[in-house]
Amino acid sequence: MSSTTIALSDAPARPFTLRLHEWVITVDHKRLGTLYVLYALVFLLVGGLEAAIMRWQLVRPRNDFVSPEVFNRMFTMHGTTMIFFVAMPLVFGFANYLVPLMIGARDMAFPRLNAFSFWMSALGGLFLYFSFLGGDGLYGAGSAPDVGWFAYAPLTAKTFSVGHSTDFWTLSLLSSGIGSIGTAVNIIATILCLRCPGMTLGKMPLLVWLNLVMAVLVIFAVSPLSAAQLMLLVDRYLGGHFFDTQAGGSAVIWMHFFWIFGHPEVYVLVLPAFAFASEIIPVFSRKAIFGYPVMVLATIAIGFIGMSVWAHHMFTVGMSAGANTFFVLSTMAIAVPTGIKIFNWLATMWGGKIRLSTPMLFCVAFLFQFLIAGLTGVTLAVAPLDWQLGNSYYVVAHFHYVIVGGILFTAFGAFYYWFPKVTGKMCNETLGKLHFWLFFIGFHLTFDFMHVPGILGMPRRIYTYEPGRGWDIWNLIVSVGALFQAAGILVFAFNLIWSYLRGKEAGNDPWDAWTLEWSTSSPPPVYNYAVIPSVRSRRPLWDLKHPEDPDWRYE
Amino acid sequence: MFVLVTVAAIFVVVLSLLVYAVVKFRSKVRDDPSEPPQIYGSTQVELAWTIIPILIVVALFLASARVIASVQKAAKPPGSIEVIVTGHQYWWEYRFPDLKVVTANELHVPLSDPAHPTPTFLTLLSADTDHSFWIPRLGGKTDLIPNHPNRTWIDPHEAGLFLGQCAQYCGTQHAKMLLRVYVQTREDFDRWITEQQQPAVTGASPAGQRVFESTACVNCHTISGTTARGRFGPDLTHIMSRETIAAGAAANTYEMLRLWIKNPDAIKHGSKMPAMGLNDQDLDAVTAYMETLR
Amino acid sequence: MSAHAVTLGDWRLPSRGCVGMWCLIAAESAIFTIFVVAYLFYIGKSQSGPQPADVLHTPIFYSICLLSSSVTIHLAVRGIAEGKVGTFALWWFATILLGGIFLFGTAREWTHLIRDEGLTISTNLFGTTYYSLVGLHGFHVTMGLLALIAVACFYFASALRQEHAERLEILSMYWHFVDAVWIIVFTVVYVIGV
Repeated sequence: MSSTTIALSDAPARPFTLRLHEWVITVDHKRLGTLYVLYALVFLLVGGLEAAIMRWQLVRPRNDFVSPEVFNRMFTMHGTTMIFFVAMPLVFGFANYLVPLMIGARDMAFPRLNAFSFWMSALGGLFLYFSFLGGDGLYGAGSAPDVGWFAYAPLTAKTFSVGHSTDFWTLSLLSSGIGSIGTAVNIIATILCLRCPGMTLGKMPLLVWLNLVMAVLVIFAVSPLSAAQLMLLVDRYLGGHFFDTQAGGSAVIWMHFFWIFGHPEVYVLVLPAFAFASEIIPVFSRKAIFGYPVMVLATIAIGFIGMSVWAHHMFTVGMSAGANTFFVLSTMAIAVPTGIKIFNWLATMWGGKIRLSTPMLFCVAFLFQFLIAGLTGVTLAVAPLDWQLGNSYYVVAHFHYVIVGGILFTAFGAFYYWFPKVTGKMCNETLGKLHFWLFFIGFHLTFDFMHVPGILGMPRRIYTYEPGRGWDIWNLIVSVGALFQAAGILVFAFNLIWSYLRGKEAGNDPWDAWTLEWSTSSPPPVYNYAVIPSVRSRRPLWDLKHPEDPDWRYE
Repeated sequence: MFVLVTVAAIFVVVLSLLVYAVVKFRSKVRDDPSEPPQIYGSTQVELAWTIIPILIVVALFLASARVIASVQKAAKPPGSIEVIVTGHQYWWEYRFPDLKVVTANELHVPLSDPAHPTPTFLTLLSADTDHSFWIPRLGGKTDLIPNHPNRTWIDPHEAGLFLGQCAQYCGTQHAKMLLRVYVQTREDFDRWITEQQQPAVTGASPAGQRVFESTACVNCHTISGTTARGRFGPDLTHIMSRETIAAGAAANTYEMLRLWIKNPDAIKHGSKMPAMGLNDQDLDAVTAYMETLR
Repeated sequence: MSAHAVTLGDWRLPSRGCVGMWCLIAAESAIFTIFVVAYLFYIGKSQSGPQPADVLHTPIFYSICLLSSSVTIHLAVRGIAEGKVGTFALWWFATILLGGIFLFGTAREWTHLIRDEGLTISTNLFGTTYYSLVGLHGFHVTMGLLALIAVACFYFASALRQEHAERLEILSMYWHFVDAVWIIVFTVVYVIGV
């Protein structure tokens, strides 16, 4: 099978405005995927700046680098930005780019819905940041939201959140929520309806399976958040009483609604991370993924169980012993399929021929760090332990361990792995390893030691702390780690730009991989496949390269 | 402890396997064209590493369930103390309903003897938004949520001062809503209770008392036995019995007290106490009056 | 990739419009579930103001209209699938009429509640949850009705043909969903909550 392309150098030069316009009106999944990812990278820098401001303020007790109001806006914006305008766009961007290619399709099921969803998500981010300028409401008390990224009631009521800052939070998330649901619908329809001949559900790459389950979770998780936000708007503008404790309303019901979204949301973020690991680890171990059927079942199990654990964020709220016990059980239960996945990845590496290129370095670090993150999660699942550790820096350390140590590390791996396919150039390997080591050191300095102040009693969301509580040295180390991480990110950004301009030619298949996208040119032509392929196993390119020993003879 | 040991053991085992794999199975030959044997799975191995985690989960779950039940369903022994804690932005209100004591920010409780326990049971309420009561060395945290009363208890076996702070983001000065719990011997506690039960000292500073009672102070604060019956701010009847002011944000000295009344923003920017706009003479008088409220 | 494993003729996958509409229905169901949960949770908890039993009148007639519109839309879609555009038009307009009558009924009920009973969205917990839930459903009926009217415009422009039957069937799935939600809302508000 051959693919026909016109080399970019042969095409006549087009004016910049025309090329920009093409990007703005595009419905091509590869361009929209790229837009999502670039959008995410910009906000990664912004969110990182917000984190840096917080770490500077907390570097010593009773510091006055920023006022409490500014600090409270920083942690609210940092959390909201990183989840909704960095992690989600990254996830959707990679899914958009890779899923059609991996299933042998020419685009997503609904290309125009795809574009609409992207622009709704993008609007959300711009709207949220406009709050810095436009947040001054009727009372002049505004600016960016400062209610925390989970915006507990009744702090968000008009009485306590005067002005419009909370509304910017609500409306921006409603907008990006519409974008998320649209993308999820698209992903599901694409995967169920556009697979190439021979690719049964049992023969899809694991990345496709994981994105399918992720999209189903988005449908069932983001919708409750949208509902809750509509209720909040009713309270704030129509005099409603959904969360109005003075009128008999419940602050706890907001927590339930939020966490029914909030917990599955973290699985929405982590399943694609698992997807990256499930594609990269086999290729760099030179072995098929160990136990594909169980990996799929474990994913589905995580999806289901993940919808039933939400109130482990509410152990300190005063639920009954029965309710607390139930959520301990469901939370611990989810550790089983998750642990199984770690064992399967380990078994994939076992007996292989491991190549520690940059993508694999990030995935090995992911395995180490995700193990720790999962185990600290198990400690938090024990409700009596959570009564001490909850809402402290131990929790902050735990979830950053998952999101940064797990998700961001595999995302970096994914960048290095698929950059050649998207751009046609190889990333500089030396810079990649420098990025890895700087970031690895910074990550561990910050987030390993962050567990300690939590254990010593430091709650989260405080703009300063008293000396003499034993927290000072740990906060200092944590803040120093942030510098290393910043350095790593700068190297990463430089590498992306430098490699795009001057990287080595990549060719179709620089990693000797096995899924369909590596059969196209780098970058793929706009139509992906001149002839729709048909497949016979999970690794079609392995079958082509090893005709004497094809996969379809074994599984 | 059981949890920590189990979790540590899992960590050590899995990490060793990971390190071993990376070291042992590293590709020795650069650009090796041959591929290792392709192993697609193994039912026995996968069954084993499914069953064992399930058993571990069951064990951890049963241990948790036992502790949850013992904490949340704890019976109340005779001689226990009852306190109603109300969280405000950004201070703590304490009422001892049986002992008829009202105070703020610094809680005193009696030492409990393991042989004859006298724990302190706390009813947790909120006047505005969500807060959380957390003294790490005395127990886990429980939230204070408006329209959702909670109950918790502490059973201290060691006397001394225990520090904590609000553990649920409640607004601008969440960080300075500090907790100070004094665990005292029974005699000391009873003495403290008796002192707190007395009405306020009057007549010791008439000028200051006059300023206090004719300004807006009375709208927010209570001084028992006087016309001041405000409930928005802390009870000041025995303010000098406390070591700190502004929920632990400043030491209870003449200078800090005067500064607090003059310009609360200087100590706790964003607190709900307004700057009273008093002239220096009134300021001195009121502070002197505060100093008499032992 | 081998060409002989599966012949293109055998490879049948679901229609993307159908899958897309089911996903939309799933998402909307999740949103409605949250509003229903809030409604159920707050039953009996209003501290003051009008209570459901005092002010609500069960809208039997308007509910029958809405639920019948599911039958009429089904007949319309069957008509166009069989190429009978005239039959389609008759039942399609009947659907629009019945949907319109339902919305009129809601408007009438709300006017009565606001003007005569003094119940607004800000009166008490009942008011808040009632107007939100019924209003959210009414909003979805309105959106559906606008889509039906848009299709009617295509009909008048003589642009509607038998090959559009599948798309109209998918649109009718949305309409059936809206009716199913009404069954739940009706039960929660007028049966359980009263």
